[in-house]
Amino acid sequence: MQFQRNLIAFKTIVNKEIRRFMRIWVQTLIPPVITMGLYFVIFGNLIGSRIGTMGGFNYMQYIIPGLIMMSVITNSYSNVVSSFYSTKFQRSIEELLVSPISNYVILGGYVVGGMARGMAVGFIVTLVSLFFSELPISNIGITLLVVIMTSMLFAICGFINAVYARSFDDISIIPTFVLTPLTYLGGVFYSIDLLPSFWQTVSLINPIMYMVNAFRYGILGVSDVDILIALPMIGLFTVLLFSYALWLLNRGVGIRE
Amino acid sequence: MTPAIDIKQLSKVYSGGFQALKGIDLTVQQGDFFALLGPNGAGKSTTIGIMCSLVNKTSGKVKIFGVDIDEDFPAAKRHIGVVPQEFNFNQFEKVFDIVVTQAGYYGIETSIAKERTEKYLKMLDLWDKRNESSRMLSGGMKRRLMIARALIHEPKLLILDEPTAGVDIEMRRSMWDILTQLNESGTTIILTTHYLEEAESLCRNIAIIDNGKIIQHTDMRSLLAELDAQTYILDLKSPISEMPNMTKFGLVKVDDHTLEVNIKKDQSINVLFEQLNKSEVVVKSIRNKANRLEEMFVRLTEKTI
Repeated sequence: MQFQRNLIAFKTIVNKEIRRFMRIWVQTLIPPVITMGLYFVIFGNLIGSRIGTMGGFNYMQYIIPGLIMMSVITNSYSNVVSSFYSTKFQRSIEELLVSPISNYVILGGYVVGGMARGMAVGFIVTLVSLFFSELPISNIGITLLVVIMTSMLFAICGFINAVYARSFDDISIIPTFVLTPLTYLGGVFYSIDLLPSFWQTVSLINPIMYMVNAFRYGILGVSDVDILIALPMIGLFTVLLFSYALWLLNRGVGIRE
Repeated sequence: MTPAIDIKQLSKVYSGGFQALKGIDLTVQQGDFFALLGPNGAGKSTTIGIMCSLVNKTSGKVKIFGVDIDEDFPAAKRHIGVVPQEFNFNQFEKVFDIVVTQAGYYGIETSIAKERTEKYLKMLDLWDKRNESSRMLSGGMKRRLMIARALIHEPKLLILDEPTAGVDIEMRRSMWDILTQLNESGTTIILTTHYLEEAESLCRNIAIIDNGKIIQHTDMRSLLAELDAQTYILDLKSPISEMPNMTKFGLVKVDDHTLEVNIKKDQSINVLFEQLNKSEVVVKSIRNKANRLEEMFVRLTEKTI
């Protein structure tokens, strides 16, 4: 009975989240596709043709997995951070707090909502990329696993950001000052083999580098890091951050006096 | 019978050090229509917030229909429907979706949720607005939407925190009728309001909270019987130039057409009229200066200042 109730509550949150980003699809689905389309044209087509090959693939093919992953990361994160913060701001969080819904269901619902947007944008960007290049999928299982795990991880990060946020400014600080630099430096546009050895070592502490490379391995079959290290690391971060987010919810941090 | 609410030594200290509740005890019986009154900042909303899981308590025990919130809060929450003071729904959602979504949070199947949503939106005269974005509703409609949302899981206890604030008189009366019907059908209702006539006409029992303490917890009739005097306004048929000589009553001339009189509990209003007749003062109409509960409320809360 309790399981059934939780399942209905979970589906309700997920549906609400999907309804939210679909209602404003011009703001949520289209802009990232335009941005990534511009990356394909400028970096892939115009500049890429002068760069030559990287990792055995032409430059356009090399950057496509990274750009897809970048759109998944950004959109999974921003969906949850903006939606959950708006829920706090409008006080509609109280609708959830007064109901008998378990905290892990609330967290799970928002995370899956964020994943839905991240993967929807990722899918559209993938379709757009096919106008520019062929996409040989080397390992469909790893490709899907990495995209699911990464979108989950960053949806959780967005949730934690929203819990701590006290103003709308607070929800853009992490994406601007942390997420974007880490993504750009995470091997989206280059192989870390091109870096001096010191910066190669520094790059190894960037978690996004593992995700981009694991995804690139799934699509192209090449990676700067060992996939057997990358996947457990993503899994470990996901479990740790989910536990932390749940702890915050149980404590009522940022949502309950 | 197990009380609907049983609160023991409940206290709350906010992070800034402000003590909103100082160990209150409160019992509300099943089926009651109960008024929880107090000045702004007295602790009403904190008490309600703790019962509904919006505020963490510092210490004390709260049981809802015998369920201790520390032991099984979800089970306790299933008994409660709450209508908060502030609008707290997504302003961009449609009216229908807001209510159906809330049902989902309680684990109610979509088909049942939709049936109930129709029932309660019709009951609260919002069915015609079901497809409108909630931000387009008037203030009164938004309050009724929150009542519909609170009823969707058919709670045994309905808590309303100033539900008629900003609602016009006609709509307020219609909401009173709905609340009375709900109470008659067995729902326990707790009401906080600044309209004391509302509390006086609807509620059977009352608690007055002030400065974090319960200063009165009794039935409405006993409380009102404690009033030792009432002030009436007399509207006169003809203007008077001089005050009638009536030392027994505290008579005050407001203007040529109006007198104010204070009648103690042991005084008869007949005697007042006899004396006014003798002085050839003709009274056109008589009314209470203030609502009886309001007088009592002011006296009680002034005492504690």
